[in-house]
Amino acid sequence: MELLELSALELGRRIRAGEISAVEAVQASLSRIKEVEKDVHAYVTVDEEGALTRAREVQKQIADGTLNGPLAGVPAAVKDNICTAGLLTTCGSKILGNFVPAYSAQAVESLERAGVIVLGKTNMDEFAMGSTTETSAWGVTRNPHNLAHVPGGSSGGSCAAVAAKECFFALGSDTGGSIRQPSSFCGVTGLKPTYGTVSRYGLVAYGSSLDQIGPIAKNVGDCAAILEILAGRDEKDSTSVARADGRFTEALTDDVRGLRVGIPGDYLGEGLDGEVRAAVLKAADVLKEKGASVEEFDLSLTEYAIPAYYTIASAEASSNLSRFDGVKYGYRTKEFDGLHQMYKRSRSEGFGPEVKRRIMLGSFVLSSGYYDAYYLKALRTKALIRQAFDRAFEKYDVILGPVAPTTAPKLGESLSDPLKMYLGDIYTISANLAGIPGISVPCGTDSKGLPIGVQLLGDCFKEKNILRAAYSYERGRADTASDPAKKAVE
Amino acid sequence: MANIISDETMEYVAILAKLELSEEERRQAKQDMEKMLDYIDQLNELDTSGVEPMSHVLPVQNVFREDVVTNGDERDKILKNAPEEKNGAFVVPKTVE
Repeated sequence: MELLELSALELGRRIRAGEISAVEAVQASLSRIKEVEKDVHAYVTVDEEGALTRAREVQKQIADGTLNGPLAGVPAAVKDNICTAGLLTTCGSKILGNFVPAYSAQAVESLERAGVIVLGKTNMDEFAMGSTTETSAWGVTRNPHNLAHVPGGSSGGSCAAVAAKECFFALGSDTGGSIRQPSSFCGVTGLKPTYGTVSRYGLVAYGSSLDQIGPIAKNVGDCAAILEILAGRDEKDSTSVARADGRFTEALTDDVRGLRVGIPGDYLGEGLDGEVRAAVLKAADVLKEKGASVEEFDLSLTEYAIPAYYTIASAEASSNLSRFDGVKYGYRTKEFDGLHQMYKRSRSEGFGPEVKRRIMLGSFVLSSGYYDAYYLKALRTKALIRQAFDRAFEKYDVILGPVAPTTAPKLGESLSDPLKMYLGDIYTISANLAGIPGISVPCGTDSKGLPIGVQLLGDCFKEKNILRAAYSYERGRADTASDPAKKAVE
Repeated sequence: MANIISDETMEYVAILAKLELSEEERRQAKQDMEKMLDYIDQLNELDTSGVEPMSHVLPVQNVFREDVVTNGDERDKILKNAPEEKNGAFVVPKTVE
């Protein structure tokens, strides 16, 4: 169906022009959801009635001129760890299986104010801990490009929903690559903004110093337009930052002349699949042909990012997840003797294995006697990684590399060896430690037909550099190569 | 150097984590944690002397605001999520003798 192929911006334009109504757009998405959900399972909750009611309201406001933004009337999906007032928000966990927030996240409010219509909530690894969306308590999501493969994670549901045209864009969250990696696996475009750009109010916390909400869409232009709506200072998140340069769509120019692009040699070494390597280097060639300078350099410290990340993220998770105690919301065990046993049993029965693994590790590295050796050591390593990026961004505007070492693995292959799964985060994780923005853009497919993404990283608050490079690449790619975003499930 | 975690330490960590693990889960958790710590130990190859621990990448400062209520009365909505509630309050097991 042609309508479903439209980008979010193009759909918004046609809705404003009166060619399509918001209600028609929502109906088209809902029937697509009915058609493919049994295979893909991208959603945890679909709010059919709420979306249609909202679409009628929005359509009225568009007609009377109250709403005139670029995305008014566009149907979108929201990751299930982002609170939506009155709509189930489970974080992919049994412990929040019946949780209905009393308020919406700031990011959701911003979208709704802009006239975006929320279709439902998307599946994810439990509490965003995982790289495959297989740790969800509600079952796996399948990759729309090949149903035997995972969509990646943790925002696997959001990325699969965009790839399968079950929404026009989605919100995800990225703590160690959770927007970029599944975007790469699903052949869609996903942006993790600079830490502090999007309010985390209403995002269920995993690693608070690393978490960022960001857009997942069909192309770079949509990502820029969505970020424009999301970005900004919010009093309810004291780490959020007022952005003076928030007109991200201004960076959508097909011109990279003079742009300095660096490729970390450390990102091309051992462990990187040959087909991924070739596709990523081909993407670099496109930028070079368009006038960017491209060279390899040594970023250093890459191998230390994973151990530092898992120490810090687990430590923060063990603290953040202490709020799930069976008292005020969520799951409470049936049989217990006293308060402490109620806490322990509720948590032990409510959390899945990967979440428990990280809570245990986090509790250990924060415990007295180990705090200095593990937690503080990781924070010192983080400082060194930040310095390595500072040095790199003195020489380059954009760092280009792979998003993940391979394309999407088969379902059931990853969870048996957690450490091996963690190693797959090697190219994405440093951006969270350093706070910098990164985007994953489709750059081809492997011989099995699975999408490959190229990652562009910029310095803090330099989203415009990566948007400009990504947009130019996208325009160049359209001339030359396949557009993996167009080929998902039929 | 391979990390060995004693049963006492595992017990202590489970108390901190407020988790009740079965025998099998505990064995698995111990094995997973030892493996992860062996891996994390690579950080010791790095000389971090004189490097300040970095908790936030951007400068964060304390933010003050007037202490005024801005949200409405959402008691009923909030209590709807409670596993058990009574007379507008959360019900919990007896906590003091």
